[in-house]
Amino acid sequence: MANQTSVAEIVSEPYKYGFVTDIETEKIAKGLSEEVIHLISAKKQEPKFLLDFRLKSYRQWLKMKEPNWAELKYPPIDYQDIIYYAAPKQNEKKSSLSEVDPKLLETFDKLGIPISEQKRLSNVAVDAVFDSVSIATTYKEKLAEHGVAFCSISEAIVEYPELIEKYLGSVVPFSDNFFAALNSAVFSDGSFVYIPKGVDCPMELSSYFRINSGDIGQFERTLIIAEEGSSVSYLEGCTAPMFDTNTLHAAVVELIALNDSSIKYSTVQNWYSGNEKGIGGIYNFVTKRGHCRGKRSKISWSQVETGSAITWKYPSCILQGDQSIGEFYSVALTNNKQKADTGTKMIHIGENTRSTIVSKGISAGQSSNSYRGLVQIGPKASGAKNYSQCDSMLIGDQAEANTYPYIRSQQPESSIEHEASTCRISEDQLFYLQSRGIGFEEAVSMMVSGFCRDVFNQLPMEFAAEADKLLALKLEGSVG
Amino acid sequence: MIRENSELLIEITDLHASVEDQPILNGVNLKIKAGEIHAIMGRNGSGKSTLSKVIAGHPAYKVTSGSISFQGINLLELEPEDRARQGIFLGFQYPIEIPGVSNLEFLRVATNSRRKQLSHEELDTFEFEDVVREKLKIVQMDEAFLNRSVNEGFSGGEKKRNEILQMALLEPMVSILDETDSGLDIDALQIVAAGVNKLAKAETATLLITHYQRLLNEITPDFVHVMAAGKILKTGNKDLALELETSGYEWVDQEIKNEAGNS
Ligand SMILES: Nc1ncnc2c1ncn2[C@@H]1O[C@H](COP(=O)(O)OP(=O)(O)OP(=O)(O)O)[C@@H](O)[C@H]1O
Ligand SMILES: [Mg+2]
Repeated sequence: MANQTSVAEIVSEPYKYGFVTDIETEKIAKGLSEEVIHLISAKKQEPKFLLDFRLKSYRQWLKMKEPNWAELKYPPIDYQDIIYYAAPKQNEKKSSLSEVDPKLLETFDKLGIPISEQKRLSNVAVDAVFDSVSIATTYKEKLAEHGVAFCSISEAIVEYPELIEKYLGSVVPFSDNFFAALNSAVFSDGSFVYIPKGVDCPMELSSYFRINSGDIGQFERTLIIAEEGSSVSYLEGCTAPMFDTNTLHAAVVELIALNDSSIKYSTVQNWYSGNEKGIGGIYNFVTKRGHCRGKRSKISWSQVETGSAITWKYPSCILQGDQSIGEFYSVALTNNKQKADTGTKMIHIGENTRSTIVSKGISAGQSSNSYRGLVQIGPKASGAKNYSQCDSMLIGDQAEANTYPYIRSQQPESSIEHEASTCRISEDQLFYLQSRGIGFEEAVSMMVSGFCRDVFNQLPMEFAAEADKLLALKLEGSVG
Repeated sequence: MIRENSELLIEITDLHASVEDQPILNGVNLKIKAGEIHAIMGRNGSGKSTLSKVIAGHPAYKVTSGSISFQGINLLELEPEDRARQGIFLGFQYPIEIPGVSNLEFLRVATNSRRKQLSHEELDTFEFEDVVREKLKIVQMDEAFLNRSVNEGFSGGEKKRNEILQMALLEPMVSILDETDSGLDIDALQIVAAGVNKLAKAETATLLITHYQRLLNEITPDFVHVMAAGKILKTGNKDLALELETSGYEWVDQEIKNEAGNS
C-alpha cells in the first residue's frame, strides 16, 4: 500500500534517450594544451581574433581554481582525460539537409526533435548540435527574409565576425569563473541568433544539444543579440546516452538586449543523470547571463532542469538599462543521487528596474537540491523592485532541499520581497486523490505538476505540455 | 428504506484496526443493504472517522483482524483508488487542501476513472464542463470554485459542498459522509441534505456520521448506531437519535463499565 518509500520509488524512471548512435567520429587526442586550442581553432578555420581570445582564456584558466562553494560534492575532474573536440565524420559542409548523414537525422528523429522535412513544426526553427558540431539548422532562409540570423556559432564566426568580435565575452568575460574560462578556451559549437532592429522574430527558435561520445566534453557557446525594439523566444533542449563515466558539459550563454527589446530563453535540460546508485551522468557546469543593456529591455529565463548528475547553473540578469526587467522561472527536479545547485542573480543597476524570481525545487530519492540566488541593488537603482519566491517540495524522507538567498542593497528607495516555503507531499493529500479513484502515480504527478504550474505557464506554448510530460515521465515507475 | 430482499452492499465483520500499534477499532460489525440510510453517532474520539477511513483504505490504519466486503468482494485487498472506482465514496470530515491542482481538472480525472470502471465513455474537457455545471446546481455552488485549487482557501462550508459535488459526479454505490453537516449554516445544511436525498437511489446506500439531530431531521435514517471505544455499542431506529439528543452519552459509560465487568 501507499507509503513514503513507494512515493520515492515511483520517481525512478528509465532514461529514454540513453542510446548511442553508431557513427564514425573524428576525435582529437585527449588532453588540453595550447596546441589543442590551435588545433580546434584551425579545424574551425577561425579568424585570428578568436584564436587569441581562446589562448587568453586558456592562460587565465590555468591560473584559476575550480569553485567549491556550491552544495555539490563530486570526485575531482581530470581535465587531461577529456577529449575537447569530436565531430561526426562528414565529407564536406552540407549545404542542404538532404545531404546530412541519415543516421544523424534518425538520431534526432528518435529523440523527437523536429528537423527532418516531414517532422518539422511550422513555427519552430531548429539548430541541432551533435557532439562538438552543429549538423543542421532549419528555416534559415525564411528567417533571413526577416533579417534574422540563426545559425551555429561556428558559421557566425565566419559570416558575422564583427558581431562576434563585438559581443562575444561581453556579458560573460573569459575571466568570469573557472568554467567560463575553460569554455572560452575550447568551445566547440552552439547557436547564434541576431534579431535586427524592430523585428519580432516570426518563429520560435530552438537548439538541441546531443552528446554522443562518452569521453568528450561538451562546451557549447550561445550568443543572442536583440537589437532595439526586437523580440525573440528561444528554447534549448539536451540529451545524452547512458555511460557509466561522467561527462563534462560546461556551456556559456550570453544574451544582449538593447532598448525596448525582449529575449525569452527557455531550457528543458534532460542530460543523462546517472543511475540510481549515482554512477555515470553529466556534470553540468553552466554560465548563463543576460545583459539588459537598453532601456525598457527585458530578459526572461525559464528552465526545467531534470537531468545531469550535477547541475551548477545560475542564469542571471544584469539590469543596466533604466526600467529594464529580469525574470527567472525555474523547476528543478532531482532524484536518486542527483545534485543540483541552481538559482539566479539579479543585478539591478538602472533606475526602476524590476526582477521576478520563481523557483520550484523538487527533491526525491537521496538527491540534494539547492536554490542559490543573489539580488543586488546598486546605488543608482532607485525604485528598483524584486520579488522572489522559492518553494521546495520533498518526496520521501531522504532527499534534501536548501535555499540560500543573498540580498545586497545599496539603495534605500528600493523594495525586495522574498518568500520561501517547503512542503512534502503528504499521505493525506495522496489519499484524498486516491479516494476519488485517481491512481497513486497519477496523484503524485498531479501534485508535482500543480506545484510547478507557475513556471510551466511561462514556457512557450508548444513546450509547456512537453515539460509537463517530461516530469510525469520522471515520476513514472512501479508502485512498491 | 429497509427492504427485505435488497442486496447486501457492505458487510463489516469483527473489524479491528490500529494506528501505530494503537488499537482504535475493537470489533466493529455492520451490514448495509441497498436503499438504506444508516447513521453513526458517538462521542468525539470513539472511532467514527477511523472506521470511515479504514473502509476507504487509508494507509495509516492497519487492519489487524476482521473483514470488510463490498458486494461480495474483499475490500481490504483493494487499493484506495480501486475502492473508489468500485463505488465507495468518503466525504471527509476535514477535506484536505491540494495547492496547485485545479479543482476542475481533479474532478474530471476522478469522474473519468469511475466512468471507466462502469464502461462509460470518458468525458473530454468540454463535455465534462456541461456535466459539472448540472451537478453544481445540486449543491448550489458557484462555477468560480472550479477554477481554484482543490479546496485551497475554501471556507469550511464550501469544502463540504465540494465533497457533495464529488459525490454527485462519482455516483457511488455507498456514500460515507463524515460530519458533512458540521460547519454548515442553516441554509447550506438544507441544500446539502436535499442534495444527499436527491442522490440516494434504491440500489445505493448512505452512511452518515453526525453529532446532530438536525441533519437527521432532513435525512431520515433507517438505522442509528452508537459507537463507543471502537465498537458499535447499540443499534436502533431513528428514535435512538432523538433519545441521545435528550439524554446524552452518559449511559454509554455505564454500558462500557458493565461490559468490562462481564468479561
Ligand atoms: N492517525 C492517527 N494517529 C494517532 N491517533 C489517531 C489517528 N487517527 C485516529 N486516532 C485516534 O483514534 C481515536 C478515534 O479517532 P476518530 O477520528 O476516529 O474519532 P471520531 O469518532 O471521528 O471523533 P470526532 O467525533 O471528534 O470526529 C482518537 O482517540 C484519535 O486520537
Ligand atoms: Mg471524526
